[in-house]
Amino acid sequence: MNTTIMLFLLQDGITNGAIYALLGLALVLVFAVTRVILIPQGEFVTFGALSYAVLATGKVPGTAWLALAMGAAAFALDLFDARRSLRLKRILRSLALNIALPAAILALTYGLAGPRTPIAVNIALSLLIVAAIGLFLYRIAFQPLAHTSVLVLLIASVGCHLALQGLGLVFFGAEGLRGPALSSAALTIGPLRFTGQSLAVYGLTIAFIVALWLFFGFTLMGKALRATAVNRLGARLVGIRTTLSGQIAFLLASLIGAISGILIVPITTLYYDTGFLIGLKGFIAAIIGGLVSYPLTAVAALIVGSVEAFSSFYASNFKEVIVFTLILPVLVLRSLAAPAVEEEKD
Amino acid sequence: MSALLSVSDAHVSYGKVEAVRSVSLDVADNEIVTIIGANGAGKTTLLNAIMGVLPLKGTTAFAGMDMAALDIEDRVAAGLSLVPEHRELFGTMNVEDNLLLGAFRIPKATAAQSFERVYALFPRLKERRKQLAGTLSGGEQQMLAMGRALMGAPKLLMLDEPSLGLAPIIVADIFRTIGELRAAGVSVLLIEQNAQAALKIADRAYVMELGEFILSGSASDIASNQRVAASYLGFQHEGASEI
Amino acid sequence: MKQRTPLLIFALVMAAIPFIPGIPPFWIVLLNNIGLAALVAMGLVLLTGVGGLTSFGQAAFCGFGAYTTAVLTTAYGVSPWLTLPLSLLVSGIAAVLLGIITVRLSGHYLPLGTIAWGIGLFYLFSKLEFLGRNDGISGIPPLSIGNFRMLDPGTIYFAIWIGVLVSALLTMNLLDSRTGRAIRALRRGHIAGEAFGVQTPRAKLLVFVYAAVLAGLSGWLYAHFQRAANPTPFGAHAGIEYLFIAVVGGAGYVWGAVLGAGIVVILKEILQSYLPYVFGGQSQLETIVFGILLVVLLQLAPTGVWPWLTARLPLKPARKEPDTSLPLAKRERAPASAGTLLQIEKARKQFGGVIAVNDVSFDVQAREIVALIGPNGAGKSTTFNLITGVLTTTGGTISVLGHKVDNAPPQEVVKLGVARTFQHVKLVPDMTVLENVAIGAHLRGSSGAISSMFRLDRADEAKLLAEAARQIERVGLGDQIDQLAGSLSLGQQRIVEIARALCVDPLLLLLDEPAAGLRHMEKQRLAALLRQLRDGGMSVLLVEHDMGFVMDLADRVVVLDFGTKIAEGTPAAIKTNPDVIKAYLGATA
Repeated sequence: MNTTIMLFLLQDGITNGAIYALLGLALVLVFAVTRVILIPQGEFVTFGALSYAVLATGKVPGTAWLALAMGAAAFALDLFDARRSLRLKRILRSLALNIALPAAILALTYGLAGPRTPIAVNIALSLLIVAAIGLFLYRIAFQPLAHTSVLVLLIASVGCHLALQGLGLVFFGAEGLRGPALSSAALTIGPLRFTGQSLAVYGLTIAFIVALWLFFGFTLMGKALRATAVNRLGARLVGIRTTLSGQIAFLLASLIGAISGILIVPITTLYYDTGFLIGLKGFIAAIIGGLVSYPLTAVAALIVGSVEAFSSFYASNFKEVIVFTLILPVLVLRSLAAPAVEEEKD
Repeated sequence: MSALLSVSDAHVSYGKVEAVRSVSLDVADNEIVTIIGANGAGKTTLLNAIMGVLPLKGTTAFAGMDMAALDIEDRVAAGLSLVPEHRELFGTMNVEDNLLLGAFRIPKATAAQSFERVYALFPRLKERRKQLAGTLSGGEQQMLAMGRALMGAPKLLMLDEPSLGLAPIIVADIFRTIGELRAAGVSVLLIEQNAQAALKIADRAYVMELGEFILSGSASDIASNQRVAASYLGFQHEGASEI
Repeated sequence: MKQRTPLLIFALVMAAIPFIPGIPPFWIVLLNNIGLAALVAMGLVLLTGVGGLTSFGQAAFCGFGAYTTAVLTTAYGVSPWLTLPLSLLVSGIAAVLLGIITVRLSGHYLPLGTIAWGIGLFYLFSKLEFLGRNDGISGIPPLSIGNFRMLDPGTIYFAIWIGVLVSALLTMNLLDSRTGRAIRALRRGHIAGEAFGVQTPRAKLLVFVYAAVLAGLSGWLYAHFQRAANPTPFGAHAGIEYLFIAVVGGAGYVWGAVLGAGIVVILKEILQSYLPYVFGGQSQLETIVFGILLVVLLQLAPTGVWPWLTARLPLKPARKEPDTSLPLAKRERAPASAGTLLQIEKARKQFGGVIAVNDVSFDVQAREIVALIGPNGAGKSTTFNLITGVLTTTGGTISVLGHKVDNAPPQEVVKLGVARTFQHVKLVPDMTVLENVAIGAHLRGSSGAISSMFRLDRADEAKLLAEAARQIERVGLGDQIDQLAGSLSLGQQRIVEIARALCVDPLLLLLDEPAAGLRHMEKQRLAALLRQLRDGGMSVLLVEHDMGFVMDLADRVVVLDFGTKIAEGTPAAIKTNPDVIKAYLGATA
């Protein structure tokens, strides 16, 4: 085998794997805290990427309006929930979060969008928009279902995916888009050429993993999130709002999704429905990580990325088949190592 | 005297089954009140409903506030705390983090004092502060659950079967600590199957059967009541059994 | 036969529909689609709703069914009727292969695993040359009987709906049987079923294959209805939709599958045909609305429409009145000698570095009540799990009647006559007391899935239910026999567990905290029952915290602390044992 090709494929695999790792981490996070298996993670990726690409052309993406519409729905739900005891403070707080915030983001987007807007501003706007969507998505779709089974949450998650993917088509059309690179720098080591883009992918992935580790290990809020994941009732009994934990988890997940999207859209053309497949591969990494372990998920993601790169070279027709059946041996191993005793809780 | 906690005409249902029927109770400042009764009488249900874990029909007031519109987290912030039957600890986190999260709703500066107070009450927890909660013994887990609840500096601590599954010898320790809480200005609402031990430390008691209170009064009166002695205490006294 | 009346009416109505004058042919197409979806969803009802195994991959099994007949009829000219069994066989074999891997997974791995292989298979269908890649296979011959060819939707309609009705009937028969109870117990975890001899992996595989075969049937019908097969209807989205159908209708109800299929198929049709008018031709809008409706529906009715509907109808399920005079043969077993029943020697269990049971030895003689006491975490329940084979020992030996059982699976231990109850009640809450208790008699019946589906199991079944009813009477819960187990108080549920254990016809009864949750009088009644059982020749090993109860009842007491046996003796000796007082009872007891 040609070493150069191998190195090249490996590099490609690691770059993709890093993205899958980010998405896998977000999936693990959301699942642990809310028990939601976040199928629409892929839509966060496309929304982030394509909003950024549209902003780069100087236009305002439809997602900014979507954020406002979802905020309005969230506000309506808040009002409905509080109908028995309408307190001004509570309503004002809800108004600020659900209406004023997305309206401000929309206004900001209209104010700043233009052909000569700096890349950093476009990135910030895309992230703001998608983060707001993630936050409201939790409020609208999942908070009312928080007490139901994982299965019901999973199906609701699929519903969100369908709706958001459809909206993606409305906003961005069926044509694929590419965004401008974050930096044009490049570095050559031996036969390998590292673009600024791929370096940014590595850097941000590592930064995110470190940041998550710091957040969960050392901050009160991070510990509160972990506590919610370990024992929901216990968390409520010390006064941790599970809705707050859920919002934070969704906020982080949507941010991570959007960043992943922005990182890859300069490398490959993204379509409104590409996110689903990308999300699913992060998903495979998350499953391999057992939906609990962050480091294992990150390692698994790198493996998924590499397998994908190699199989697209040697058996490009069966690339997806190979990637998705990769999970079977892992599941077999997991089931062999499965503990004999079931948990006493249901 | 205005009560710290006052519940009147409370009903709690699971679907069609009414587990608690028309129950009224109050707890004053610096008071230890116990509810005794067989397992399944509705004691745990009642406590969970007061905490907001289950929906309650009727009125509950705490520290002069109507609690109907408050959810669990608001009640915690108001100074109500529950140590549930299954303890609900954060098993994969260490003792210190469990306690830290107990102080989630109070300012950071106060939390430092809470740590001192809890470690003074339960020196064992200080020794084990880096150990994972899930690896503690049953007695230590109960201490941690109580410690975590006390971290939030509650006005009223509700304890659900603190002696459950513990060696009788550790139970004595736990009850001694409950007695000490009064001195620290914490009121206690205690649910126990071990009626004998509960009546020893309580000021007042309610007896619950099939979802209703059938008796109430000072702990000493209840302890000397014929019916209570026959159904709840008789069996606990060894040698007193008639079968 | 009362149960069958609604089914008969439904069948007649469905048969009459195509003959309604002036009915638009398009409606028949819709009904065909509903029937096809209902078949797959029915499999999911059994798999997910009843068995608790969530699968997103059912569409792939439709694919196996459809492609099998497509390839065989077009490339090899095989008759469609011959390909029917082959299609079902291929789906079934695929399910066995995937099932062996997947059904062993617990919790969320299973649905996630099914998503993954579902997508993998979809790509496989769309890449394989002999399956026509993305274009698929067209020109599939229609079904025909003699010269009558089912070319139009109105004729294959009958084939589809006969398939649906027969499948529904067989599925309901299966659920109402010995095998059915084992399947219904799966959702609550494997331990309870296995303690009574249910081979859970086999039961799981059975429902998995059953669901796949129903999907395969749907795929076969689809291929001959559309006369073509391509990968799209067998992809991830279709798999998700089938699950959605089952949940909307009410996962857990056979008719929920049909109702759910009706709701979803019609809803999609309405959205596809009317939305473009409302919104001026925007494409993809139906996906958006469909997705939103899905979430809204779940928020309004998370348990599905069918249970919501039946709760509002005056239909009451037919009550089963077991004939308690039917005798059930005793289990074959070694003669009950007056020797040692259970012998535990230096049993040891380590979890990682923690020693839960530390070289514990004791025995239980015939006709003896032995109590195991100690604080929570002392290793009492772990000891129970070692005896009953739920856990394997790290060291030492455990033998029942001289047979070594350490490391034998639970299904083997129960065959020796060891029956148990659980500290955390493990009943199926939405099954009646009678059905729950009948699980205890699982090993005393022999009817399998096939005979249950065709109702050849009735004689066997009546005997099992009679035995269950007798044991329920014996523990004094005769009045609650038809109630759902979940509606009883926790104390009564513990008694139901005792009745279930008695159905084993055991030599040794292991009771984990049987008196918890009982009131004074009930405890006395329980003690009397246990004494009566002992006097009838049974032995009892029980874990209990109520010292009054234990000291009064037990012949011998074994005390555990931190996994180690610290004392053993008569109640009187234990009460005065200084070690026990120091470590456990304290001075006040």
